[in-house]
Order: sequence, then C-alpha cells, then structure tokens
Amino acid sequence: MYQKKPAGETGRGHIISARHEHKATLDPCKRLQKDGFDVTFLEPGPDGLITAEMVKGAIRDDTILVTIMWANNEIGTINEVPQIGALCHEHNIVFHTDATQWVGKMPTDVTRDNVDLMTFSGHKMYGPMGVGAIYVRRRKPRIRLVSQIEGGGQERGIRSGTLNVPGIVGFGKAAELCAAEMDAERERLLKLRNKLETELAAKIEHVVVNGHKDKRLPNITNISFGFVEGEGLMMAIKDIAVSSGSACTSASLEPSYVLKSLGIGDDLAHSSLRMSLGRWTTEEEIDFTIEKVTWAVHHLRDLSPLWDMHKQGIDITTIEWQNH
Amino acid sequence: MAYSEKLIDHYENPRNVGTFGTLEQVKTDTSVGNGVVGAPECGDVMQLQIKVDPQTGKIADAKFKTFGCGSAIASSSLATEWLKGKTVDEGLEIKNTHIVDELDLPPVKIHCSVLAEDAIRTAIADYKEKNGIAQDAEAHSH
Repeated sequence: MYQKKPAGETGRGHIISARHEHKATLDPCKRLQKDGFDVTFLEPGPDGLITAEMVKGAIRDDTILVTIMWANNEIGTINEVPQIGALCHEHNIVFHTDATQWVGKMPTDVTRDNVDLMTFSGHKMYGPMGVGAIYVRRRKPRIRLVSQIEGGGQERGIRSGTLNVPGIVGFGKAAELCAAEMDAERERLLKLRNKLETELAAKIEHVVVNGHKDKRLPNITNISFGFVEGEGLMMAIKDIAVSSGSACTSASLEPSYVLKSLGIGDDLAHSSLRMSLGRWTTEEEIDFTIEKVTWAVHHLRDLSPLWDMHKQGIDITTIEWQNH
Repeated sequence: MAYSEKLIDHYENPRNVGTFGTLEQVKTDTSVGNGVVGAPECGDVMQLQIKVDPQTGKIADAKFKTFGCGSAIASSSLATEWLKGKTVDEGLEIKNTHIVDELDLPPVKIHCSVLAEDAIRTAIADYKEKNGIAQDAEAHSH
C-alpha cells in the first residue's frame, strides 16, 4: 500500500513517534494528524529511553512509519535504534530517525543499524549552518519520497533548487574531520562530562542528572538543581553558555517539554540546565564551570524561599500555591 | 535578553535578603507582615516580609527571598527598598508599573513586577489582619 501510492497523499495510516522528540519531528507529525494520519506519541521512561518493546506495543496493522530520534537533544539519551529498525523491518514499516545529535559523534552505519531514513544537520558537527542531509535507503526496502520542493529536479527530484555548494562541501569536510577524531574525542568528552557531573553532585545537595545513566551521548549533560530557578541560574553564570530548556525554545518561559515528558515535575523542570561540551572544551573550562555553578547555586539558594522552607522541614509539594 | 543596569545591579547585589524568622515564628509576630506569592511550577515564588514600628506605624524594615529569574529577584529587591520608611497604606500605592519603569523590564518579564506588587499587598494584608486593622477595599480588588 505504502509503495503504490505515497503515504503523504493518502492521508491514511498510523505513525509512531515519541513525546520528547525535537519539534522538527513533532510539528510535521502534528500536521500529518491534521491531514488524517493517526499518530501515537510514545511516553518515554523516566530516563528518556524509547525501547524496541515500547514501539512493538504500539504497532498496528496500518502502521506505515516509525520516527524515533537516535539521541535526544536535551538529555542525550540514546534510543534503541538498531533494535527498533529491525522490528520495523519485520513488520514492513518504514523507519526514520532524527540523528542530528548522533551523526558526527558516534559511529553510524545505516545498514547495520536498520535505518531507512535518517536526517542530520551540518551545524551539529562543526559544519556550516543551514545545510542538512537525509539518507534515503535505495534497496531492501527502496524508499521513495514525495518531493519537498518541486522544480529543476535537483537532489533526485526530492528537493529542487540550485545546490548550496559551499554548504555541501563544508558539511562533507566537517563529517570527514568528525569521523577522523570521533573515537578519541568521545573518550575525552566522556571524561570531562563525568568530571563535571561527579563534582557538581559532590559539592551541591539536591542535584539530579537527567537522562539515562549509561545510554547517553558524551557531550550533553542536563542537571536539575533543586530550589533554584534555571533562568536565574543562567544569569548568575553568564560567562558560561548554557541553556535552560532547549535553546530553540528558550524564548518561551515554559519549562522544557522534554523534561516534563520524563515525568519530572514542573518545579524541577524549572530548575534545570543543559550544558554541552565540544571540540574546544578544555579541562580548565570544566573546572571553571564547576566552581562557578557551585557558587551560583549556593548564592541563589540563599535567596530562595523554597530552600528556606526545605531547611525548615516544610515539604513544598504540600503547600497550596496560588498559581498565576 | 538585554537588561537595564539597574536590574542587573539589583540582581547582582540584592538588597534586604532574608526573613524575620522562620515561617512559624513570623506567623505569630504581630509586627511582621508576610506575603508568599507565586508557585514553584510557574518558576517564580516571592516571599516578602515587612516589619512595622508600632510607634510610628511605618515600615521599619523589609526583607525578601525569591525563587525565580533575574527580573523576579530584582523586582522584589526593589520592592523592599521602596517599602522601607513608608506607612503600610503608602506601601499599597506601589504599583507594578512603577517597577516596570524603574527596572525597564522587557515585556516578557512584566509578570515579575505583577508578582512583586502581589507580594507587597499580601504582606500588608497579613500585617493588617494580625493587628485587626480594616483592610482597604481596594487591596482586595486585585
């Protein structure tokens, strides 16, 4: 059915995604819902993990597409992509993964890992901004896409328009460099990230590292500091570039929907920072960050009525707050 | 986000941080008015307390603690500064728009000034209630 007529034109069928996907996946899924498709948004576990078992439980006879990100952009949790891909192939379902956070940092093999469609982007691997790529499986199964932009037939007709040659060349070079440095860089970042998390947890009470303990990208950490508000904390450590919520949505004052989907309460979601490490992050910078964040959390707790109440033995979850 | 120098000054050097005792102690202290507004789920909680001199009827001291963003901290810090030396009724004349003007709050942060005004009103209402002073009708209209 899927191959005879492109799914995008029928408006029928079932799609499986997850609640904590990036908006780049959620918004198209919501549009497809309006067009008549049925979409299941899986609830991740408390560590943000989507397993093949979860996907299996949601598969129906009319499921045509599964789209699950390889690794989450806010918490770094790595989903069971190879297993999900294998499951999809058993059921003749097309499998797409948003691998924006994954490609360039982790070894990627679309054949081994059973991926049919994979999207990723240049700027997440030190390449130019405004250029991305989609891998489209050519055989077993052959995937055909509806054209995104019609016209001169460039990019095999999927996306017409004059090619952005500097962007493409830069993206290619960035990928080459990442591939060459990947193994050493992963080890280096993991060591720095673990140091950051371990020392912050040792120096500060009520620190929670969000995401999966082990199945997590080495370059991301998302930490909740209880009784301290994330935006206020960001302002106190303004020499360090971090984000509260995800950077893409930090113009809104809502707490992160990703953290909320893990079952983290709104209060702790408001108390979270996401920090990313990269190619130019040094150990000195990690030490500086540990010192600065420790100072800022203690300073802001001195200002925090919630911390005061906590110290007086009052359980803040039992208070009747007046919501605005 | 670009913040005004005054706002950053209040955030970096907050005035009058503290309390006049634990919440239990404050509850029975008739010279103190306590106002706690906001909610942790909304990302802002302000606690503002006034201490009134029974001789003069003026606010002798004011203290705050705030869980929130820089604008929320600065708004409540400013509120304590303005309250000192005023009578409780004069304190009720502080409006959120005054705070917005003084700190040059950006539009997305207006709610911080509203919360600060609420905290002032709640603290003053608490003081009046403890001392059997008739509440100003306007104070309830908010």
